[in-house]
Amino acid sequence: MKLSRNFVSDYIDLDKDLTIEKIAEDMTNVGNEYDEVGKLINCTNLVVGEVISCEDHPDSDHLHVCVVDVGSEKLNIVCGAPNCRKGLKVIVARDGAVLPGGVIKKGVIRGTESNGMICSIAELGLESKFLEAKDKDGIHEFPSDVEVGSDPIKALGLDDEVIDFELTSNRGDLLSILGMAYELGAIYNKKVKDIDTSFTEIKDNIKDTFNIKIETEDCPLFLAKKALNVTIKESPAFIKNRLIASGIRPINNVVDISNYVMLETGQPLHFYDADSLGDTLIVRNASENEKLVTLDNIERTLGTEDIVIANKDGAVGLAGVMGGLSTEVEEVTKNILIEAAIFDSVKIRKTSKKILRSEASNRFEKGLDPKRTYMAIERSCALLEKYADAKIMSGTVIHDVIDKEDKVISLSLEKVKKVLGISIPSQEIISILKRLGFVVKGENPLEVEVPTRRRDISIEEDLIEEVGRIYGMDNIEGKLPLLDVSLGVYNKTKRAIKHKLADLGLNETMSYTLIPKEKVKEFTYNDFTPVYLNDPMSEDRNTLRNSLLYSLKEIYLYNKARNNTNISIFEIGKGFYKENDIYKEDLHLAILLSGDFYLDIKKTKVDFYILKGIIEELLDFLGYENRYTFEKGNVPKELHPGISASINVNGSNIGFLGKVHPSVLKDDVYVLEINLDKLLSIKTGKMKYKDISKYPSIVKDIAFIVDKDTTSKEIIDTIKKSSSKILANVELFDLYTGENIDSNKKSLAYKLTFMDPNRTLTEEEVMNVFNNITLNVEKINKAILRDK
Amino acid sequence: MNNEKLNEVKEKLERDLQNIENEAVLNELKVKYLGKKGLITELNSEIKNIPNEQKKLFGMAVNELKDLFNKSYEEKLSFFKEEELNKRIQTETIDITLPSKKVKRGSLHPMTLITEEFEDLFVSMGYTVYEGVEIESDENCFQKLNVPKGHPARDAQDSFYLKDEYENFLLRTQTSTAQVHAMEENADKGPLRIVCPGKVYRKDEDATHSHQFMQIEGLVIDKDVSMADLKGTLELFCKKILGEKTKVRFRPSYFPFTEPSVEVDVSCFKCQGKGCNLCKQTGWIEVLGAGMVHPNVLEMCGYDPKKYQGFAFGTGLDRFAMFKYGIPDIRTIYGNDIRFIEQFNRKDDTYEAK
Repeated sequence: MKLSRNFVSDYIDLDKDLTIEKIAEDMTNVGNEYDEVGKLINCTNLVVGEVISCEDHPDSDHLHVCVVDVGSEKLNIVCGAPNCRKGLKVIVARDGAVLPGGVIKKGVIRGTESNGMICSIAELGLESKFLEAKDKDGIHEFPSDVEVGSDPIKALGLDDEVIDFELTSNRGDLLSILGMAYELGAIYNKKVKDIDTSFTEIKDNIKDTFNIKIETEDCPLFLAKKALNVTIKESPAFIKNRLIASGIRPINNVVDISNYVMLETGQPLHFYDADSLGDTLIVRNASENEKLVTLDNIERTLGTEDIVIANKDGAVGLAGVMGGLSTEVEEVTKNILIEAAIFDSVKIRKTSKKILRSEASNRFEKGLDPKRTYMAIERSCALLEKYADAKIMSGTVIHDVIDKEDKVISLSLEKVKKVLGISIPSQEIISILKRLGFVVKGENPLEVEVPTRRRDISIEEDLIEEVGRIYGMDNIEGKLPLLDVSLGVYNKTKRAIKHKLADLGLNETMSYTLIPKEKVKEFTYNDFTPVYLNDPMSEDRNTLRNSLLYSLKEIYLYNKARNNTNISIFEIGKGFYKENDIYKEDLHLAILLSGDFYLDIKKTKVDFYILKGIIEELLDFLGYENRYTFEKGNVPKELHPGISASINVNGSNIGFLGKVHPSVLKDDVYVLEINLDKLLSIKTGKMKYKDISKYPSIVKDIAFIVDKDTTSKEIIDTIKKSSSKILANVELFDLYTGENIDSNKKSLAYKLTFMDPNRTLTEEEVMNVFNNITLNVEKINKAILRDK
Repeated sequence: MNNEKLNEVKEKLERDLQNIENEAVLNELKVKYLGKKGLITELNSEIKNIPNEQKKLFGMAVNELKDLFNKSYEEKLSFFKEEELNKRIQTETIDITLPSKKVKRGSLHPMTLITEEFEDLFVSMGYTVYEGVEIESDENCFQKLNVPKGHPARDAQDSFYLKDEYENFLLRTQTSTAQVHAMEENADKGPLRIVCPGKVYRKDEDATHSHQFMQIEGLVIDKDVSMADLKGTLELFCKKILGEKTKVRFRPSYFPFTEPSVEVDVSCFKCQGKGCNLCKQTGWIEVLGAGMVHPNVLEMCGYDPKKYQGFAFGTGLDRFAMFKYGIPDIRTIYGNDIRFIEQFNRKDDTYEAK
C-alpha cells in the first residue's frame, strides 16, 4: 500500500515539520513496516521557465538554440525536443540539477553554450506506466498562467511524498487512506476528519427499474446505485496525481473515481455500463467451466467455487477480482450502475489465487468493514456528481445480511501487566485506546467498544497488543523469566555420530530433501512407496528422497567437475516413504568416499576396507561391538555385486556398503547407507571396564593356502571353534596371491594371541590348541598349512 | 726397583693421558694399561713379589693409578660421545618449511555448527531440544497454529503439499509445528520449555531464500511468563550468539499464532549500528519473530489459557549462519562444495567458561 502524504492530509492534519521519513519510522514502530519512503519526484534545482527565443541550431538538423527566462536570469539552452518553440512555459533543469538519469551540467553542444536542460515528464523519473506518448516524445508544455521562476513539480501537482508500506495480513483496514489516517491519529493524537458524501438525488428511484438477485451465501452485503448522464473525460489533476502517487494509472474520470474511492475507503467498487447490463443483476456461483471475458480481454474458465455477477445473458464480472468486458465503462457510456459489495474473503482468495491478483481482490481477501461499503457508494456518488456531471438516482438497492455491530471486549488491567510484563498506568491505557478510536467504558475491567473497521480485534489479547504497540513494544524492559529449575536435554547420539565421523576425516554435507521422481529408487533395495509433491517448483525437485545417496552422488559429481577429487563425505537426514497409508520418515546415515582418504598420511586410495573400517569403528563406538556381520547380497543394484555387502546388527539388516557399480559411476566411488532409526532401536549395554591380564600372552602366526572363494570369516570361525578359552584374539595380517600360489588359490596369514587372565600359559598347552586349530582348518576348510 | 717401575708407569700414563685424540686412541690406551698384558695389570701381578711390609703401600699406589686411568677414561669417553652426537645432529637439519604430512580431521556442516551452538545455549537454560517430523498435516502446520484454511497468512508461506494431499499433508513450512506436537505430547499440560531446530520448506528461491532451509523455534509455557521475559531471554541469546554489545529491539508485528506479536531486530554487528550495506543503513537487522502464544493455540493443543500463558520465538538458522560466517548467498550453504565445508573444521565458541 502506497500512502500519499497529500491524500492522507485530506483526513488528518500532520505537522508541517514532520518529515516523511519520521512518519515512516513512527509507523514502523507501531507495527507497519515500509519498503520505501521519499518524494514522489526526486529531482533538484528545477524551475519553470519561458522560452523567449528559439532558433534552429546552425550545425544540426533537429537541435534548437533557446534563450529561457527563469525569472532570476536568462539561460542559453540547447534543446532537441521537436515541440520546443518560442513562448512556451517549460520545466528547466539548471546547472547542477539532479535528475534520475544523472546530473545536469553546463556544457557546449556542437559549439553552442548550453546552461541546463528543458525536461519532459519522462525525465523526471515517473514510472513509465503513468506516462502518455507526449510525456516521452517532447518537453512538457505548461499552461500559460504558470508563473516563471516557480517550482514546476508543484505546478504539476506532483509535489507529494510517498511511503510504500508492507503491511501485515491482519491489517486489511490499513489498505485505505482513512485507515491510515486513524493509525496516524493514534500515533500523533489527532482527530480524523469526516469524509464528504453529500450529493443531490433526482426523483427517479433505482428500485423502480432495477433489481438484484443474490443466489449465493458468499455475498452477505450488496449495494447498488445508479448515476445517469455522466460525462467521460480526463480526471481533475488532484485525482490523477493521487492515483499516480498510490501506484494506480489514471484512465478517465469515471474509472478514476472508482479507484479513488477504493483508495480512500478500502472498499473496492465496480462501475457497470448500466445500459449494457440491463435491469437485473444476479450474484451467484459460477457453473463448472463457465466462460467469462474479463476487462483485460482474456477469456477465463471458472468453476463452482468462483462467484460471478451476471445478467440475464450470463456472467458479466468475476466478483471481487475483475469486471467483465461486455459491461465495461467506455467513452460512450452514459449511465452507470455502481456496485459496492462484500464477498466471502476465503472464496475471493481462492479465485484470485487461481485467476488474478488485483487491488480489489487484495482488499476483499483481507475482509472489509460493512460500514465502509455504505460510505463508499455514497462517496462515489458525490464524486461522480462533482467531477462527471452525473445525476444520481434516488434509492439504493440493498441486500444486507451482514453483522455490523461494534464489538465490546472486556480488558482487565491486571491481564495487561501479566502479558506485557510491565506496569502501564491505567490512564495511559485508556488514552491509547481512545486515540485508536475505541470507546472505553468502566474502570477495571474496561469495557472497550471496537469499531467494525478493526476486524482484526476480537479478544482481550488483541487489545493488549494494541496497547503495547502504541505504548511501544520496545519500551518493555527485558528480564529473565523466573522459572523452576528443569533439566534440558538434547539428542546426544545423533550429535556423537556426526562428531565421530568428522573425527574420522569425513566432511558433513547438507543437501536437499527434494529430488527428481525418476531417481527416488536409486540406491534403494527394498520395495517402498515414494512420496511425491502435489505442485513442485520444478521437475527435478518433485519427490521426497528415500535414500540420501542420490544427493551424495550429485555432490560428488559437482565437486569432481571442480577438480575436487578427494571426497570423503557423510550426511544424516530423513528418508521418506509411505506405508499403510501413513507417511514415514526414518533417519538415515550415508557416506561416500572417493580419491585419497583424508586421515591416511600415506594417502592411499579409498577402498571397500576403509569404508568397512569406518562403519566398524562407528558401530563399536555406539556399543555394538561383536554384534554385527557383513553379508554378501541384499544391496541396491547400483552397487558392484562382488564388492559390496549388507550390514546386519543382531541379525537384522540395517543397511549396506560397497563400491558403486561401474555402470553408474566410472570412477572408484564407495558408498554406505544405514537406517539410523533401525540401528538405534537395538539396545546396547552399559560401558564396562574389563580386567587387563597381569600374565604374558603368547603370539603364534599361522598361514594357510585355501581356495580363492573361501572367505576369511570361514577360516576364523573354524579357528575359534577349534580353540579353548585361551585364544584371546585372531587377526588376519596378510592376504597373498601371486607367485608360488596357484591362480585359483590364495594365502591367508593370521596372528593368534593366547592368554589366560589368571596364570602364565605353558608353551605345551598353547601348542596343543595350535595343532588342533591347524588340523581342523586343514580338514574343514580344505586348507594347506603354508611353510614358514 | 718396583717403586721405580711404578713411577715410570705413572709418568707414562700421565703423559699418555695428555695426548688422546679420539675414541680409538682411548681404547688403545685401555688395552695398553688395563689389558691382559697391560702396564697396570703387570704392576698388579707384581704385588705378590713385594715384601709384606711394603705390600699395602704398593697395592694402594697401583689402585690409585687404576682409578686415575678409569676416571680419565670415563671423562674422555663421554666427551667423545657428546662430540660425536653434536656432529651428527649438525648433519640432521631438516627443511621445516616443507609441507606437513596431513593428519586432518573432517568437518561438520556450518548448519550443524550453528544448530549445536543454539541448542547448547538453550539447553544450559533448561530448554529441551525437541525435533519434530518434516511431513506434517495441514492441521498441525496451520490450523492448530490459528491459521485456518483460506487465511491470508498462508500466502506468506507458499507450501509444498504432497501429491493428492492438497490442504491435507505437506512439508512443514515452519518449525512452529513442533510446538504443537510438544504441547500435545506433554501429558500433564504443565510448564514446558523447548527449542525445536530443523529443516523447513517453502516455495521460494533466490540469493537469500532457499526452498529448503532451517529454523529454530523456542517455546516457554508457564503460569507467569510475559513479553518482558521474552525480551530478556532474546537479549541474552542474541548477546551470546552475536556478541555482548548486541542490542535488541522489539517492533510490533503480526503472526497468527502469537498475540501480541513482535519482530525482533538486533543492532547491526557489522557496523555496530552506524549504518552499512548489510543493515541497509538502518543500523538494525531483523532476525526473529516472536510473541505470546495465542490463547487459541494453547487451547487447541490442550492447554487451559486461563491458567497458562507462554512465549514463542522463531528464527532462520541459515540467516544466522550467513551473518556469523559472512556467507553472502544461501545457495552456497546447500551447494556442498568440499572447499566450502572444509573451512568449518574449526572450534568457534562464542560463549564459554573463563
